[in-house]
Amino acid sequence: MRKTRLGMYSLAVGAFALAITGCGGKKEEATETAPAATATPGKTVDSATAGEVTGSVKLEGTAPKMKAINMAAEPACTKARTTPAASEEVVTGEGGSLANVVVYIKSGLEDYSFPAPTAAVQIVQQGCQYHAHVVAMQVGQNVDVVNNDQTTHNIHPIPTENREWNESQPPGSAPIEKSFARPEVAIPVKCNVHPWMKAYMAVLPNPYFQVTGTDGKFDLKNLPPGTYTVVAWHELYKTDPQTITIGAKETKNVTFTFKASAAAGD
Amino acid sequence: MPGPRNAGPGIRNLMNTVYNGAMHRYAVFTACCTFVLLIAGALVTSNDAGLSIPDWPLAYGSLTPPMVGGIRYEFTHRVIATCIGLLTIGLAAWLWKVEKRSWMRWLGLAALGGVIAQGILGGMTVRMFQPPPVSAAHATLAQLFFSTIVAIAVFTSPWWNGPVAEIDDPGTPRVRSLVIWTLAAVFLQLILGAAFRHKGFGIIPHIVGAVIVTMLIFMTAGALKKRFAGLPALRNCARYLHILIGTQLLLGGGAYWSRMYGAQFPQPIAVMVALTVVHTVTGALVLAATLVTALIVYRMLKADRSTAESRPTTEQIA
Repeated sequence: MRKTRLGMYSLAVGAFALAITGCGGKKEEATETAPAATATPGKTVDSATAGEVTGSVKLEGTAPKMKAINMAAEPACTKARTTPAASEEVVTGEGGSLANVVVYIKSGLEDYSFPAPTAAVQIVQQGCQYHAHVVAMQVGQNVDVVNNDQTTHNIHPIPTENREWNESQPPGSAPIEKSFARPEVAIPVKCNVHPWMKAYMAVLPNPYFQVTGTDGKFDLKNLPPGTYTVVAWHELYKTDPQTITIGAKETKNVTFTFKASAAAGD
Repeated sequence: MPGPRNAGPGIRNLMNTVYNGAMHRYAVFTACCTFVLLIAGALVTSNDAGLSIPDWPLAYGSLTPPMVGGIRYEFTHRVIATCIGLLTIGLAAWLWKVEKRSWMRWLGLAALGGVIAQGILGGMTVRMFQPPPVSAAHATLAQLFFSTIVAIAVFTSPWWNGPVAEIDDPGTPRVRSLVIWTLAAVFLQLILGAAFRHKGFGIIPHIVGAVIVTMLIFMTAGALKKRFAGLPALRNCARYLHILIGTQLLLGGGAYWSRMYGAQFPQPIAVMVALTVVHTVTGALVLAATLVTALIVYRMLKADRSTAESRPTTEQIA
């Protein structure tokens, strides 16, 4: 009887200990491997006949005023800043030019193959905000996440097409190197330690993309002649894609206009 | 606290047990600590800090993570949860050792099983990046576990272990039925609330649930108030149910408004966090209060109707 009771207690303590210490899975691999299907070689671009798509992105209407971020609870964040922090959802320049828009070729390049660039894209955590707020990369291209702050961050992309991950990054630690195996525009990234920290990572299947700065301009160079769907993506607003045809050595100008009154969720 | 009295004629002492004051106080203490854990858990969700510690069971590979930002909420939650686990082991062991009622011994083990499952679900939410079904299950089991500990506190109380007069329920529908329907509805409503909070469902099912729960609580509390006004135990149950559901409805409206208003800000705002946390834990109190009411009703009200002559008078009961 005594033995049975002892066994019962041991079982209970053991099970609880297992619950709080065990059940851990293997840590996920740092980099996701691209699917085998993309290994099939395709056409390469002939620079002698390549054209170009240039243009600009504008916001029509009054841009909403961005809310201030309150970092008072995090002295390491406030100390690292020289200017007050504000949300970066809508950043505009002169004449309503819109920043943080990913302009990319969505279709028309299916016959070509584009190996991932060896140079990594960088996203830096500084002053407890991401720089840049929107980054774009090619499938399989590395993104280096750098922490320049004197506080711990966690980096947590929330993709729908790629594998989700969540890693901590203490101050002074080496950059986290990652890549994404599938195209996805765009993956929200957040820091759960500092909930105001938000960014987006756009993963494209080809090298024809650009993220606009405050001048709203973009320039997609070395584009082979053909008919393409060009898309402009913004985290808050939506606009229609545009179809363009580029001839040999031709430059086409495209303007995307977002309406301030129509948020993406509307 | 008085011990059990000898049962007089017409008054039953169902359990034939010995009241253990220390155990009852320990169960009440565990219930209070569990309520604190519910607050800590709700603070994690409302501050969007659930994944601020990416690893589990360790935190940043150690037992002493940097206490900054959301880590403060998540790590505090984990520490309190560990304490509750240890308290539950103690409660289950104590019940197993001294409790004469075999079902109580098993209830203690069920509570232990619940807290272990809760720990595993907590780990799964971290490891699996908060999938809505797992997070909602974690939130729901938290409330269920709290109710189990509250039930143990009731079952170990002097009132439960003393003689209690059984009386007839003269009305229709029977309060015994009403209170069970109410309990089931409150529990379902908590699942819907947890699912909404963890982005599993929209708000509509939770609002529909609120209407049904409110109706059932008003019916149960109204019946108790109307039929058993002379019985303090049942009258107080009605009073607490009325107060809690009224408060909860106001908090629910406030919490939803604050979520809508707070959506324009880049971070969780204090008013949203406060209202949502209080709404969540008041939900747990509504469930616990409904459960306690159900237990009291089943302890005091006869299962079958008897004739008027065999019904004890209020004086006998008092």
